[in-house]
Amino acid sequence: MKISRRRFLLSTAVIGGGLLIGYAATRPSRHRLANETLGSDGQRYLTTWLRIDPDNRVTVYIPHSEMGQGVHTSLAMMAADEMDADWELVTARQAPATDLFANGDLITGFASEFGVPAFLNPILAASSVRISQLVNLQTTGGSSSVRFTGEHGMRNSGAAAREMLIACAAERWGVPAEECFTRLSHVHHNASGRSLSYGELAAAAAELEPPENPRLKQPAEFTLMGKALSRSDIPPKVNGSARYGIDAYSEDMLVAAIRLAPVFGSRLLSVDASQALSRPGVRRVIELEDSVAVVADNYWRAREALKLVKAEFSQTEFDNVSTAAIYARFDQVLASDDGKKDREIGDTPAALEQASEIIEASYHVPYLAHAPMEPMNCTVHFHDGGAEVWTSTQDNLGIRGRVASVAGLDEDAVTMHPVYLGGGFGRRLPFNWNMIDHATLIAREFEVPVKTVFSREDDMQQDYYRPAVASNFRAAFDAAGNVTAWENRFTGPIQTPGAAHIPYNITNQSIRVVDAETHVPIAAWRSVDHSQQTFFTESFIDEVAHRAGRNPYQFRLDLLADHPRHRRVLEVAAEGAGYGRNLPDGHAMGIAVQESFGSIVAEIAEVSLEAGGELRVHKVTCAIDCGRAINPDTVEQQVESGIIFGLTAALYGEITIENGRVAQQNFPDYDMVRMAQTPDVQVHIVESGEKLGGLGEPATPPIAAAVANAAYILTGQRIRELPFKNHDLSRSTPVALQ
Amino acid sequence: MATLKINGVDYRLDVEGEMPLLWVLRDELGLTGTKFGCGIGACGACTVHVNGAAMRSCVTPVQAVDGAEITTIEGLAEAVNGTSPEAPALTRVQQAWIDYQVPQCGYCQSGMIMAVTDLLNNNPDPSDAEIDRSLSNICRCGSTPRIRRAIRALATA
Repeated sequence: MKISRRRFLLSTAVIGGGLLIGYAATRPSRHRLANETLGSDGQRYLTTWLRIDPDNRVTVYIPHSEMGQGVHTSLAMMAADEMDADWELVTARQAPATDLFANGDLITGFASEFGVPAFLNPILAASSVRISQLVNLQTTGGSSSVRFTGEHGMRNSGAAAREMLIACAAERWGVPAEECFTRLSHVHHNASGRSLSYGELAAAAAELEPPENPRLKQPAEFTLMGKALSRSDIPPKVNGSARYGIDAYSEDMLVAAIRLAPVFGSRLLSVDASQALSRPGVRRVIELEDSVAVVADNYWRAREALKLVKAEFSQTEFDNVSTAAIYARFDQVLASDDGKKDREIGDTPAALEQASEIIEASYHVPYLAHAPMEPMNCTVHFHDGGAEVWTSTQDNLGIRGRVASVAGLDEDAVTMHPVYLGGGFGRRLPFNWNMIDHATLIAREFEVPVKTVFSREDDMQQDYYRPAVASNFRAAFDAAGNVTAWENRFTGPIQTPGAAHIPYNITNQSIRVVDAETHVPIAAWRSVDHSQQTFFTESFIDEVAHRAGRNPYQFRLDLLADHPRHRRVLEVAAEGAGYGRNLPDGHAMGIAVQESFGSIVAEIAEVSLEAGGELRVHKVTCAIDCGRAINPDTVEQQVESGIIFGLTAALYGEITIENGRVAQQNFPDYDMVRMAQTPDVQVHIVESGEKLGGLGEPATPPIAAAVANAAYILTGQRIRELPFKNHDLSRSTPVALQ
Repeated sequence: MATLKINGVDYRLDVEGEMPLLWVLRDELGLTGTKFGCGIGACGACTVHVNGAAMRSCVTPVQAVDGAEITTIEGLAEAVNGTSPEAPALTRVQQAWIDYQVPQCGYCQSGMIMAVTDLLNNNPDPSDAEIDRSLSNICRCGSTPRIRRAIRALATA
């Protein structure tokens, strides 16, 4: 994939007379959504911005959503550090959802890294030419904010601003720029003892041409990057003042409760709403193609009335589909189809032919819901020929376009109000549109704001799910017991290229994917394909190690001779966990390592088997190499978060399909790790100085395999299907560790 | 008709007695700090204090708390620290949430803070097992290791 892109810095004084600097690039075409035609192809700019006001305050506009990952703080740190701003004077704001603030660093970052991320696939489905549309994004996903937007856009903007401010001061003083230096939002000239604040220079600096290649700091010069600074989004989150999408409120607001077709693809046939309409507070019952909604003056009233609505939905060809049938189909396609190449190294068939011994194993994992704590919701207010939107989203620009297209409005007529997200995890990425479409169509019927809110049950049953995947392995050994071949056949589609690849030095590898799509809608779920593939590959490599009579930790190290960063995180995690020490009776350690989103993570889980045959995870020791830590505390937060997210999935997570629809409804049957199941989490950051890696996702993939590998030692049972709750481990025989 | 004192203010509300307190707070009064998470009392995002005790407002009909004093996250600091001009703007639990950088997305934290405040009121130095038993709120972001650290710090403070 090739992206033609011209980069330059754009400087304009647009807002409040301050200096605005953005790192900009041309955009060859107007952004339209996947199923729309291309718009006009006038040249546009995409930018990330800094603003300096006369009172010396700096505002950093962040083209990413804040969903607890601390990105409004980390990205502001990167810009402020490069410009030598006084952190006390810096404020981060969500960038407005307008074309000028679209984020091109994202797509170039992804393109240089591993191609286009999964959540963007729908926009590419029709034609690769559509890559050009991706530049008009404010997407928060792919663990990309710091490593792409921050490392490129924010740092360059900050550095360019600093050089412009120096140039301006030098000219004013009539001294060489080289004699000036910057510190805490001031330019100083030592020889004359003079200094000027950035605020005093900003208006004049905005008249200068920005440098094309500003000098970036070396790590030793950083004053903010690398420090564990407090997140700016936390204070409003402890006193109830933080506004999430669901908190949109006005006196005249109406609220909609909705019942969607229970089977994906089904259509609404008929409705009897007579009882509902007589309920207190109910204004209207609205029929949509695949759903019926009750609009009332209060959510509870709307939902109670909805219970009285009789609705009939069309039958579909999927009405008899069950999880068992889906898994049976997976097994069948994997047995009958050799699939497409994912990675082929050496001659695996020959190695299998010549093997002294072959082991094989079949794994599978279920669909998973995202279940963010804030149920999906969207408020739209149509008035004066336009629309205002409040919704928690991982892409404000994408939502703006979507609402505009559903409502038949020009994009400029749609105003997005930035809000906090009550969790994202991929649920709130572009193309998971169901909620947005419905909210727009419902609100279009009213002149007041209408907030459409999914119940938890709607949220769980109308998600775009982490795909269920099956994976079959074979490994070959020679007479000396060395592993000579690794064969893997798994069900696709692939959402994240490379997730099934292994770092281990095995001469012959055949990794192939067989597409096996179902009627269940799928999307990116925190760490995307890595969540399944790491469970598979890091469990099976453990099986190979045990079969070879080797210690799984040492076995991995031996096969990672040419992967020093993998070795290092394994060693740091092992040392931190005290791997190999005498453990309390009935405890065992399992290990797993995976590279994803540019970071390499090793996790060691210390696990015991409780009296009831349940696994208890006592402690997880994690080592992460993300290049450098911009904010070490948010790195730790994301690692803790990712591990517990992955542990929830490993222990309990399972969406099953019965009669074509999702069986689970709410937290009792889709349970979560709570305080009582929370392990002690120890995080070790390995500063390799390599290119920045992502943080939102990479800690999630290894945990399931780490726990499963410990469970094997405890019980002798190899868990090849998640979640753990479905396994009876009470009768078990511990395995001696080499 | 229900009569409630919410965050020190008296309200007479003309709503159905079965309406859950959560929706009275959020949709009738615009007190949106208390969150909707599950609607069945399973996640704790909607936790408020009723006469000082933690209660899940999404499964509490307003008629069941008629005449009660309700404290929500918006009124917690005043309820704990008083209303004098010198009173701190945050409770020690809220301050610990900042000190230990507990919230991530933060959506569950209103309920979490209300639940932890109640726990520490009744048991100022809870053991790990008591913390586990008392706090069944769900945090999807996995802030629970930090919540435990913050509680431990508050307990020993």
